[in-house]
Amino acid sequence: MAAGDFLSRVELISPSEWAKGQIQSVQEYVLLAAQSLANLFKRPLYVADMMQQADLIGFGSLSIVILAGFFTGAVLAQNSASTLERFGSLSLIGQLVSIGMVRQLGPVITGLLVAGRNASGMASELGSMVVTEQIDAMRALGTDPTKKLVTPRVVATIFMLFFLTIIADLLGLLGGSFIAIFLLGLDGHQYWTTSWQILEYPDVVTGLVQPVFYGFLIATVGCYYGMTAKGGTQGVGRGTTQAVVVSSVLILVVDFFLTRLLTLLLGSR
Amino acid sequence: MPTLPIESADKETNEPAHEVVVFENVVLAFEDKAVLDGISFSLARGETKALFGVAGVGKSSILKLTLGLLKPDAGRIRVLGSDITQMGEDELFDLRSRIGMVFQESALFDSLTVRENVAFRLTEEKEVPDEEIERRVREALSFVELEHTLDQFPSELSGGMRRRVAIARAIVTKPELLLYDSPTGGLDPVTSTTIVELIVKQRDVYKTSSLLVSHRLQDAFTMATHRFDRTTGHMQPISPGARAEIPMTFVLLRDGKMVFDGSAQELARSDDPYIREYFS
Repeated sequence: MAAGDFLSRVELISPSEWAKGQIQSVQEYVLLAAQSLANLFKRPLYVADMMQQADLIGFGSLSIVILAGFFTGAVLAQNSASTLERFGSLSLIGQLVSIGMVRQLGPVITGLLVAGRNASGMASELGSMVVTEQIDAMRALGTDPTKKLVTPRVVATIFMLFFLTIIADLLGLLGGSFIAIFLLGLDGHQYWTTSWQILEYPDVVTGLVQPVFYGFLIATVGCYYGMTAKGGTQGVGRGTTQAVVVSSVLILVVDFFLTRLLTLLLGSR
Repeated sequence: MPTLPIESADKETNEPAHEVVVFENVVLAFEDKAVLDGISFSLARGETKALFGVAGVGKSSILKLTLGLLKPDAGRIRVLGSDITQMGEDELFDLRSRIGMVFQESALFDSLTVRENVAFRLTEEKEVPDEEIERRVREALSFVELEHTLDQFPSELSGGMRRRVAIARAIVTKPELLLYDSPTGGLDPVTSTTIVELIVKQRDVYKTSSLLVSHRLQDAFTMATHRFDRTTGHMQPISPGARAEIPMTFVLLRDGKMVFDGSAQELARSDDPYIREYFS
């Protein structure tokens, strides 16, 4: 009986209607994302809001990025040790951790962590403002919410993710060195020298271009799901979940294509 | 009921009476369902127009259309002399600075204090000095008798106080047009009367044109039968013979169409069965 009630409430949507809805969502997202960048060239520029968001996003995420960076580097060193030892190349562990963290793991892990923490925060905060008519009130008071709320979050996320990635890279190397020195008995000087020497210009550029794209994705996806929240608190919750899922998946997809592109542009290692 | 202070500032307008808001055959639909179907009315300068109708008939949508927060699917809307149906969002932001709106659930920014909420528009304008902002915020809050709540957050206020802060936020820039969306909805009768008195005071002291959505017929009739008395600081009932002088009209919506637009006297004389049933 309960199942019958449930089925009677299920609304069937035609595939064309569903496709139209999806395309419209993508269109709305692209417009919001473009608007968030275009606002940088319009007055007023909300510098104080950008600083506040930078503090919330950057400093607020620092502890989890430090912990995640350190343990990612440590796990990377620990897991590669047995394979390298089999080939008598345990001394290469510094190079492996360095390349792994700087080129891929540092940006991606930091991006995923910041997505989990901040895309959800943005979606829930803006979503609550939408359902309580605060966004309409802001427009009614003559202020553009994309300028006041979206652009500062996008700028702050891009800016802070860049530096958080550098911190994660460094902490990853530190985690790797902890394993190399204290568990594998390697020389610390050798570890840091080889870690440093293996890095080339394309590695660093590849690792530092990624957070710019991920920061943009995290903030625009989080803001999009917030600004389009519908259906009260349940809708805000749904938007928050979707913001984390979509931004995380997009980070991984963009990671693949961006790395390919940068490898083609900067030359393969 | 608390006494209300009387402001020395009196924004009398010498401009000839003309239409502040004009709706011409406005149609609005949500997902193929017409909410408003050919709505036409006008609001004269200094007039207060109360919009009535059952829930979901599109009263709040009329306010949002007037502000340009929604775009009509057909028809034309002129607000303060500008055709807003042809305006882009940037132009609308300029126009909205001349309009104040009180939202149904107050819509105060919950992360800002009462002072910051009321000062929001002035702070956004950038060129207003801090001392001037403080003075105007205090003036607006004293109008609604909430000067003591300056540093409180909206969550610390009662529903009626939040509504009064929303009124202060709407009037702080002395707008030419005020839009009230169910300002007394969900409030107790005493608090409702305080809000009604504030609306009457704004109408009679500042001569501000306003569109008012209401579910409470009693509130609108109180507005149509009372005038703000500056000597006592309260609204006072006026004699039946003088009621025609009150710039107050009523609109009744039904199934997306307007079934009545006229004064309280015309409303009382109407023999339309639906109108009589609705207002009985």
